[in-house]
Amino acid sequence: MSFLEYNVRYTPAGLRKVLYFNWFLVLLLMAVAAVGFLMLYSVAGGSLEPWAKPQMQRFALGMGLMFVVGFIPVWFWRSVSGLAYLTALVLLVLVELVGEAGMGAQRWLNLGFMRLQPSELAKIALVMVLAAYYDWLDLSRVSRPLWLLPPLALIGLPTALVLRQPDLGTALLLVAGGGAVMFFAGVSLFYFLAVAILGAGLVVAVFLSRGTGWQLLKDYQYGRIDTFLDPSRDPLGAGYHITQSKIALGSGGWTGRGFMQGTQTRLNFLPEKHTDFIFTTLAEEFGFIGGASLLTLYVAIIVFCVISALRNRNRYSSLLTLGIAMTFFFYFAVNMAMVMGLVPVVGVPLPLVSYGGSAMLVLMLGFGLVQSAHVHRARRK
Amino acid sequence: MRRSPGDTARSVRTISRRALMLGGAQLLLVGGLAARMRFLQVDEADKYRLLADENRINIRLLPPARGLIYDRRGVLLAGNEQNYRIVIVREDVGDIETAVARLATLVRLDPEQTEQAIREMKRRSPFVPVTIAERASWEEVARVAVNAPVLPGIGPEVGLSRVYPLGEDFAHVVGYVGPVSDYDLERIDDKDPLLQIPRFQVGKYGVERRLERVLRGSAGTRQIEVNAVGRVMRELDRKEGIPGKNVQLSVDQALQNFVQARLALDQESASAVVMDVENGDLLAVGSTPSFDPNKFVHGISSKDYNALLENPYRPLANKAVQGAYPPGSTFKMVVALTALAEGVIEPEEQITCTGYIEASGRRFHCWRRGGHGRVDLVKSLRESCDVYYYDIAQRVGIEKIGAMARRLGLGMKHDLPLSGVAHGLIPTKTWKRERRGAEWLIGDTINAGIGQGYVLTSPLQLAVMTARIASGRAVTPRLVRSLDGIEVPPQEAPPLDIDPEHLAIVRRGMYEVLYGQRGTARQSRIADEDRLLAGKTGTSQVRNITAAERAEGVIRNEDLPWERRDHALFVSYAPYEAPKYTVTVVAEHGGGGSTAAAPIARDIMLFALHGKLPPLSAYPSSQRRQMRELFSRLDLRAPVAPSQGRGRA
Repeated sequence: MSFLEYNVRYTPAGLRKVLYFNWFLVLLLMAVAAVGFLMLYSVAGGSLEPWAKPQMQRFALGMGLMFVVGFIPVWFWRSVSGLAYLTALVLLVLVELVGEAGMGAQRWLNLGFMRLQPSELAKIALVMVLAAYYDWLDLSRVSRPLWLLPPLALIGLPTALVLRQPDLGTALLLVAGGGAVMFFAGVSLFYFLAVAILGAGLVVAVFLSRGTGWQLLKDYQYGRIDTFLDPSRDPLGAGYHITQSKIALGSGGWTGRGFMQGTQTRLNFLPEKHTDFIFTTLAEEFGFIGGASLLTLYVAIIVFCVISALRNRNRYSSLLTLGIAMTFFFYFAVNMAMVMGLVPVVGVPLPLVSYGGSAMLVLMLGFGLVQSAHVHRARRK
Repeated sequence: MRRSPGDTARSVRTISRRALMLGGAQLLLVGGLAARMRFLQVDEADKYRLLADENRINIRLLPPARGLIYDRRGVLLAGNEQNYRIVIVREDVGDIETAVARLATLVRLDPEQTEQAIREMKRRSPFVPVTIAERASWEEVARVAVNAPVLPGIGPEVGLSRVYPLGEDFAHVVGYVGPVSDYDLERIDDKDPLLQIPRFQVGKYGVERRLERVLRGSAGTRQIEVNAVGRVMRELDRKEGIPGKNVQLSVDQALQNFVQARLALDQESASAVVMDVENGDLLAVGSTPSFDPNKFVHGISSKDYNALLENPYRPLANKAVQGAYPPGSTFKMVVALTALAEGVIEPEEQITCTGYIEASGRRFHCWRRGGHGRVDLVKSLRESCDVYYYDIAQRVGIEKIGAMARRLGLGMKHDLPLSGVAHGLIPTKTWKRERRGAEWLIGDTINAGIGQGYVLTSPLQLAVMTARIASGRAVTPRLVRSLDGIEVPPQEAPPLDIDPEHLAIVRRGMYEVLYGQRGTARQSRIADEDRLLAGKTGTSQVRNITAAERAEGVIRNEDLPWERRDHALFVSYAPYEAPKYTVTVVAEHGGGGSTAAAPIARDIMLFALHGKLPPLSAYPSSQRRQMRELFSRLDLRAPVAPSQGRGRA
């Protein structure tokens, strides 16, 4: 049995596990969530409704979920990795069939008590199943082409389903998260180099093909790219988000306008000010110092996860922790880059800060897994 | 699967190495993000802060209340009324069509405006209030208010709109305002941001137009915080505008009303000017037919406008100042004064009138075919002998006559805040050469001698002329008495450079016109000894009488179609001994000055002198019954009380 490789004797049991949780991580998560509450309160014009209060309730629920998941031994999670992945796939198919359209894409599954976004769940499930795969796979086979096919298929299936919704942001996060786990597992750098070169070539081809007979993208898609590269082309249309976001950010300066003093976000210049663009509120009201502080908190979370992973001698636990940390990293990095006008606007929330149920709960579930791996790691005594 | 310790160690090594590689890459990315944040928030902060403030603050204009216009006694001529509009806010309304249908059961909706409103609603942002019914009655507003619960997004709104309580009486003087048009914006060089407000009311005609700057006032501003879609969040600052100045005109409401009614009584198209001889105040400037200026305020319908345009009696024209007519015999005082001043004739000198004179092979007839016999200056005025003036006009020449005419206020544009003030025409030899390309002929001088030919004057100019003859001073007309309670001083009236004896003899002639046995306007004399009238009739031809017509006998005016009949003119002043007012009446195609214009002038003069309908004793006893009957036919307005508070209202 696989759990034999964990040194059970040195693993805390029962309620004593609480002491072995990574409490720094817990504190960091609470700090980031608190920033979110403040911002949602401010965006609502100094009111707990309609965003801050539900967000707090969800975070409390998420905290509970994290502890429950953390208490459950990590080997249990490894054994249900495949099942979790299958469940996520089924949900993605379901959303395709009976899902509710929100923000122009089919993403939601109404469960009665909450609206679930299966694509969020898929991110964690994918990391789990890939970690389990590479834990099972003999180390010498990791870079063999044939053994690359299963993980590629595992990444490809949910990605294809998410793209159909269409949700480009989540699809990219899935590919990046899955790719990261493959990278950590030791897949030869040659493959990653090849993919990078291929990707660059594809981008060049896309641009070169424009206006020719074999044009690769539709005209409106080129239009979006143009708008991203030069938002002033369409200041009231698609470029509007980027321009307004930069104005809000830039007007913050070093120290910002002060809590609840932000004009740009509060006055609805920014659409989705409480979800994807909430970082602009922070940056406007607390300036560079506020923005940099949040960034530091995020980096600290990553660092704690990496340290935890490196101290864990179990392959599944390490890969799982690093994969979840990487997914988390992609979340905030892409969101911030988007808000700052570095990448096109794709729907990626700012983790733990943006208003939204699914992403919050799924992330807390993910950190629960990280805690589980942390608590149940083999301890040398 | 259980691993060997070696495998585990290898796995940990790989993972650590890869984690450090990716960790380094992550740090690079985070560093990039931080650098970008610093660039936007620190290096470019000023630029974006500026953009942010522009985003946020919006300046809206507060239209000022337009200045009010009063008559000399403080009667309101042009005011502002609260105008109730029914507005719809699309985002609150739900389905527009249902809402409009429901509203239509409560309020009278103009289908054209409704359609326009629906179109506008669909075009504009959903929270912008769109006017669906204008000038809603109080009942309609009340009905909408009572039904507010079932009419979400529909409500009454109040604004100021111009109103002319006296309607037609002052249409030509006060004029009217109308919604500013693109055409106006192109034409006038006015940077006032108020003009950019849709349907902002600007003066289009008359005093409203000429004193636009004074009446308009200046805009207030409201600094508001708006969001990206333009919805008002809150007001940051408010600067009230400066209301337009109130204007008090020299006109008298009661007299103006009488003038309009009297002119309309037996003339199709006529005008009259009543002027104070002393200070030049215009007490009434009448022109009939008139129109209702209130129709223009919200934009007149093309049907109504075309009706006004196609009316042959030209209701839109203010004939009293815009009309230019040959003065006819009313010009004879000018010629007489010129001849006296040049010494070409003595007042007692007699000229024989045989009914015509011959000059350069043409015959110029006197109006009295049999001639007047021996005629001196007073008789020439009293009986309006043409031959006398043919003679003296030739003696002094056109240039001297023109100079005297201009000294008396003819052939010049008087500076009044009215639309289209006529310049008139006092011809000179140079004028004819330049404009007509022909040499001045002796016949032209002869025609000018009796105010025919090229000479053109407006009723206003004739009034000024009469006032100057009556007072001996260079009186100038004045229409605006005060602005915001501060009096506009009347222009100084220096004595005319005319021998008082010459003026006296001409005045004597004008007195004889009414009181001489053969005076041309004897029928229109005033019996009241204290209010004796002096005047001069004029009948100006608008057609040439051909030799053939003359051979057949001159056709009587009444037998001609209206537009070919003569213009009837009468200039007058009273009291003869101490002149107070001058009254000029011009009846377009009205026939003879003595029969058509003089009786009207007398009635107006008496009303002006009495300040109300005169007692019948002012009329010769033989005419009193006739006058009582005439008064009963007058359509006069009930007396209007002056508004309280002559200052701001």
